[in-house]
Amino acid sequence: MTTKPLYERPVLVRHQLGHMNKMGAMQVNRPLTHIDGVPVEELLARYGSPLFVFSERTLRERHQELTSAFSRRWPKLRVGWSYKTNYLGAIARIFHSEGSWAEVVSGFEYEKAVALGVPPDHIHFNGPYKPEPVLERALVDEAMVHIDHFDELALVEKIAKRRGIRPKVAIRVNLVAEGIPAWSRFGFSLENGQARDAVARLVAGDAMDLVGLHCHVGTFILEPQAYRDAATKLAGFANELRSRFGIALSFIDLGGGFASHNTLRAQYLPGGVATPSFERYADAICDGLATLDVRPQERPTLVLETGRALVDDAGYLLSSVVANKRLADGRRGMVIDAGVNLLFTSFWYKHELLPGVETRGMPEPTVVYGPLCMSIDELRDTMLFPPMKVGDPVVFKNVGAYNVTQWMQFITYRPAVVLIGRDGRHALIRRAEQLADVIGPEEMPPWLEKH
Amino acid sequence: MNDIDRLRDLALSETGFLFDPYSGATFSLNPTAVTILRALRGSADRVAVLETLKREFDVQSADLEHDLDEFIALLRREGLVSREFGLS
Ligand SMILES: Cc1ncc(COP(=O)(O)O)c(C=O)c1O
Repeated sequence: MTTKPLYERPVLVRHQLGHMNKMGAMQVNRPLTHIDGVPVEELLARYGSPLFVFSERTLRERHQELTSAFSRRWPKLRVGWSYKTNYLGAIARIFHSEGSWAEVVSGFEYEKAVALGVPPDHIHFNGPYKPEPVLERALVDEAMVHIDHFDELALVEKIAKRRGIRPKVAIRVNLVAEGIPAWSRFGFSLENGQARDAVARLVAGDAMDLVGLHCHVGTFILEPQAYRDAATKLAGFANELRSRFGIALSFIDLGGGFASHNTLRAQYLPGGVATPSFERYADAICDGLATLDVRPQERPTLVLETGRALVDDAGYLLSSVVANKRLADGRRGMVIDAGVNLLFTSFWYKHELLPGVETRGMPEPTVVYGPLCMSIDELRDTMLFPPMKVGDPVVFKNVGAYNVTQWMQFITYRPAVVLIGRDGRHALIRRAEQLADVIGPEEMPPWLEKH
Repeated sequence: MNDIDRLRDLALSETGFLFDPYSGATFSLNPTAVTILRALRGSADRVAVLETLKREFDVQSADLEHDLDEFIALLRREGLVSREFGLS
């Protein structure tokens, strides 16, 4: 483990008159006063502040961009919507209506997908821990279970024998792809032969059929080459399974990990510039898969579990200024009513933050703090930001992924979430929390009860 | 005035804000550029600058020499060093 910052090419930019410079980090951005035509101030007045807002138009457009990029290069494509990225019912339903299956990693997510009406045999079930009753239900339901380790392989065999079923399963493999650390804690290692051993064991056990390979190389992968490597290695392994065991796979799953239009904290070039298009990822993956040794009509389905790249751009967090203060070092501190408990991803990203109203006055270096009485509650380190009055709205862009699943009820309630439909209608998709939501599950032991 | 002294007179902040008192121009630099400029103020020694970069950053597969030469060219272009300036 190194703690040194990643090397980036040296950059020096002369400031131009009018705008401080051309770089995302220092650039003063135009206000964002409307989302899909709906005024930010109207949304805040109607639903309260802070407020998460999702654009149905962007959700569908991203899904269509993804499927069209891959469909032009590979005959059979399936997207498994990565529930952990955003499992709000309305969001998942939009992706399902675009044709996505579900990709889940826990009993809870499995139940949520089924409750939303996803047929169990349209669910890919990943993850290192599937409790036995949950695993049993998924196998009996004919969900696609991705086996993560040898103990789970043994458990699947046991359940299959007990229930008299012969499940179709996939195995998860991990591998070394250029430029990224291997996530070797998930799945069977391809390089050290573990994956081959797993298949040999699975075949010898004669209790299930292997129909798929899965590999999730990592997340926010800015380099498509990593996917070319992964796809090439999976294809090579599939070729070996065909010749050695006579296995004809029905799918190869490349997992998630495409970058969204965000900017990592350690990244210099803004996400809008550095993030590869779906086309570039598709080129890399389909090049790799082209090394599969099968006739075109026998090509396996390519499965993707794209999470953040599908949903990040469609999500906004609206917030309001509650105070401006001057820090000891002269910088401005701006306190807003949304904290890191809502915007988990501010630990990862330099989020793009824009005024939600037209502003006037000279921008100055500003640190943006949330309302929590905690020193970690800093949403943006120094950025140039125009003067804002108390009550003025601000807008975080590209916050649709992971926040409304990893947010915490901490110190305060979690706010409402609203969806703007394609025709400009808007509606709550999750109401704001209230006291009863928080204290509902609590119990008072008898000896503390008042009489 | 020699180039090293010229570089020493630039006002360079921690955050990569650079002010050139001779021209009044301002610039933004990323951390790599800040590190190179600081090293150059010590000496214009190629090996020393490269060593500094390797010490300060997690350098994986970058072509440091090439990046450094491009950066020096940029300093010349922006008038922050003379046309004759080069690394030893
Ligand atoms: C197995 C699996 N699939 C898909 C995803 C979604 O990844 P991303 O949001 O980076 O696309 C993840 C995220 O960690 C994952 O673990």
